[in-house]
Amino acid sequence: MLEIKNLHVRIAEDETEIIKGLDLTVAAGEVAAIMGPNGAGKSTLSYVLAGKEDYEVTEGEVLFNGENILDMEVDERAASGLFLAFQYPMEIPGVATMNFLKAAMNAQRKARNEAEYTTPEFIKKVKAASSDLSIDFNMLKRALNVGFSGGEKKRAEILQMALLEPTLCVLDETDSGLDIDALKVVSEGVNALRDPARAFLVITHYQRLLDHIVPDTVHVLYNGRIIKTGDKTLALHLEENGYADVIASAA
Amino acid sequence: MKVQNIQNNAAEDALGVSLPTRRVESFHYTDLRSQLGTFASKAERPSEEVAKKLGDGFPRLASNAAVLHFYDGHAFERGEKLPAGVSANTDLPKAMEVDGLDDTIVAINNKISTDGVAISVAKDANVDRPVGLAHTFTGTSGTTASTRYAIDAASSSTSIFIERFMGRSTDAHLSSSVVAMDIGEGAVLNYLIVQQSGLGAEHLGRISVRLAENAKLNLFILNAGGKLVRQEVKVDVAGEGAHVEIKGVNLVGDNAHIDVTTVLDHNVPNTTANELFRNVVAGDGHGVFQGQIKVAQIAQKTDAQMACNTLLLTDDGDFSAKPELEIFADDVLCAHGATVTDIDDDHLFYMRARGIKEKTARGLLIKAFVDEVVEELGVGEEIEEAFIGVIDNWLDTNVS
Repeated sequence: MLEIKNLHVRIAEDETEIIKGLDLTVAAGEVAAIMGPNGAGKSTLSYVLAGKEDYEVTEGEVLFNGENILDMEVDERAASGLFLAFQYPMEIPGVATMNFLKAAMNAQRKARNEAEYTTPEFIKKVKAASSDLSIDFNMLKRALNVGFSGGEKKRAEILQMALLEPTLCVLDETDSGLDIDALKVVSEGVNALRDPARAFLVITHYQRLLDHIVPDTVHVLYNGRIIKTGDKTLALHLEENGYADVIASAA
Repeated sequence: MKVQNIQNNAAEDALGVSLPTRRVESFHYTDLRSQLGTFASKAERPSEEVAKKLGDGFPRLASNAAVLHFYDGHAFERGEKLPAGVSANTDLPKAMEVDGLDDTIVAINNKISTDGVAISVAKDANVDRPVGLAHTFTGTSGTTASTRYAIDAASSSTSIFIERFMGRSTDAHLSSSVVAMDIGEGAVLNYLIVQQSGLGAEHLGRISVRLAENAKLNLFILNAGGKLVRQEVKVDVAGEGAHVEIKGVNLVGDNAHIDVTTVLDHNVPNTTANELFRNVVAGDGHGVFQGQIKVAQIAQKTDAQMACNTLLLTDDGDFSAKPELEIFADDVLCAHGATVTDIDDDHLFYMRARGIKEKTARGLLIKAFVDEVVEELGVGEEIEEAFIGVIDNWLDTNVS
């Protein structure tokens, strides 16, 4: 489903290279965890997949269902089934969450030549999905993420993911800022979306999240490259021993 | 020696009024002498058929309003029944006094006004329907159309007025409106101005308000049209416990110059004021906000807040904001803030990452920025939605 080949990325402004020849393949139905120390390039990878303009790809390609998404606009990538759950979801004053959700869902449906949802259809879907995530429906009448707690923001991200039904979900440090109860709710939301036709790229610092969202594969990202790949036991190993020995043996 | 007159004496001669240059401080950002066109004749009273057609495409903002109609500055009787507690006298109210060049708009209005109305709101009346003051313009090149109103809201009354300017003409024409308001003890007056003049319109507006004890003015100004617009607001906060709420949205299109100038005079202790403007500048539009707050020495415990936020959509447009505090009392709370920004790239990216096209996302963000002001008006859902409709139309036409 996702094939990243020899990806090189630098910050557009100062030309600092962050991703330095990254290779990664994720199959449909797979949950792949990306772990790595601070500064390894984890968030950069998620932004590059989503298409943030602050980064410049100097080499390599990213194939999503066989298509090079690097040639696509940000919104086209989303409509083609890519979803990024932000580490820091944006607060957008004045845009009611419900209006935003409807605009996003219908924009994607339109881009895929599907019929747009009517208001009753839309409300029904949102009500069902928000109750699954223990989100108070009234909260969604408020401006997007404005005044939401850290946990509410992350749940709102997962709600968007559930409603947009992407085929590739990139979760950028979704566990950051969550207490243990919120972590459970969010993880259950993610697990409910696991599907043979859907892949997940779970980016995290800590093993903690992977106790709840159990990965099929674990990849260690260090200095802009994947230096080790394993199964879920690799995450446990990292939790116990830190990154030092993995980095040392890769060097 | 009248050297300065050579520059643009045609405009002055045509109106018979001296015009200020930018050397007059209150006109520093709007140089009337060089910017105002030449308007030599009053627009004639249009025929019934012409008048009827002029309003096409401007649906009513409030379905239950009683609307007083003025076409090209002339009053037309449409048999609308005023709400209980409201009475109107259709004689032209007496001219307002002019105190130097700062009152140029009043001086011009005094010269060119043909018709007007004096409206009284009865004591204790709780007026349940809005009163509309609708001005519609043919906009024939070189003509003027002007009205003058007086509104007297007696003590403990509550009322709501919508003054609206409508036109489609791209030819240079001048409109003017001067309103004198007296808000009695404990009365609440909502005054909502919606300016949707044609792209050739030069519009000069002034409202002068006096508030008695515990009176409240809730003023809203929406500028969504015109070529050269100056709306002045002068408030004499003369009664203790009075409150002034001014909110505004200025939508400044390509080639437009829109100026809102407010002067709040706090002359007694314990009064409050809150001003909030949100502006959007497209193309090479020029926007101006001047907000003056004067607090007299005896006006202790004045609390006056002022904010002016602008979204500049292009590098060609500009916005000048001049907050001005003149405080002679020592125990007051006064603050002002002005910001000028572009659309936040991170907001845009977040919305696009959810599949929303860039153009749509920009539109939603601009709309959110200005709609917020309207949603806080507290004048009922129907009117607020109608205002948002006016904003949507403007954005559809002016923002690509």
